[in-house]
Amino acid sequence: MQTVLAWGFGVLAVVCALLVFRLDSMARVTFALLASFLFVAFEVLLLGLNYLGVVLVLMTVMEMVIMAVFMVMYMMNPAGLVPMAMYHNRAGAMAVSVGTFCLLAAGTLLVDWPERVGRPVSDPTAELGAELMSSQMPTMMTLGMVLFAAILATVTLSMPRGRYDRFGGSPRGRPTDPVPGGLGPTTVSPGERR
Amino acid sequence: MTPEPFLLTASALFATGLYGALSQQSIVMLMMGLELMIAGVVLAAAAFHHLVNPEASEGQVLVLVTVTAMAVEMAVGFAVVTALFRARDVDTSDQAADLRG
Repeated sequence: MQTVLAWGFGVLAVVCALLVFRLDSMARVTFALLASFLFVAFEVLLLGLNYLGVVLVLMTVMEMVIMAVFMVMYMMNPAGLVPMAMYHNRAGAMAVSVGTFCLLAAGTLLVDWPERVGRPVSDPTAELGAELMSSQMPTMMTLGMVLFAAILATVTLSMPRGRYDRFGGSPRGRPTDPVPGGLGPTTVSPGERR
Repeated sequence: MTPEPFLLTASALFATGLYGALSQQSIVMLMMGLELMIAGVVLAAAAFHHLVNPEASEGQVLVLVTVTAMAVEMAVGFAVVTALFRARDVDTSDQAADLRG
């Protein structure tokens, strides 16, 4: 039963992943990607890793909803009313990806996989928590710093102006600041920046 | 359970993502390809952990690290797209080829 479910979820995940690059509508593309991720999360749940599976579900649902907004912002054809083709080097990309799949699949099928060592623990979530809070603490701290750095990088990159833009060209003297804090009309609009 | 269904699915997801990352012009679609590749890695790591050595919880930690990489990739990627679009009105990779060798 579990093997049947594993194959079923796997095939559905791959079909949804293929649809991502076949559909025209950006909304449908985003939700095809979401479906693919959800089937991956179901496979992880099938493997008994309940916490990681649920984290994947929650994270990908939020991620894809945000992605849908970005799709509408940046894509020229969000509704999919006309066929969309934005490709370069399709033949090369197809050759590389088919070659990669054949290589990985050959490894999967030909390698003599080792016998399983040990038995699944009764509560993998508690096991993961204990591990993260003891011997894997440096990993956890690194992850925390990486996420914090990502917050800073994201805010810095997506700000329309820097802290010193209100000084004009030279950062000497006082800024023209009708409203203290640099929120006045000197705020540079995206169009003027180029 | 055998590792084959999980590893073959992971390989197919990785290859599909690679195709997207190489062939799409739009940076947003390119990032979808990258996300699919990371999803393949997540699945392969989880399958290895459960089917080869379920007592070693480092496998779960590896999955957690990969999921974090997925989140950071998405957030920083969209910030880069936003910065690029503001500076140049560009949203395809062909128009941002300044570092091409």
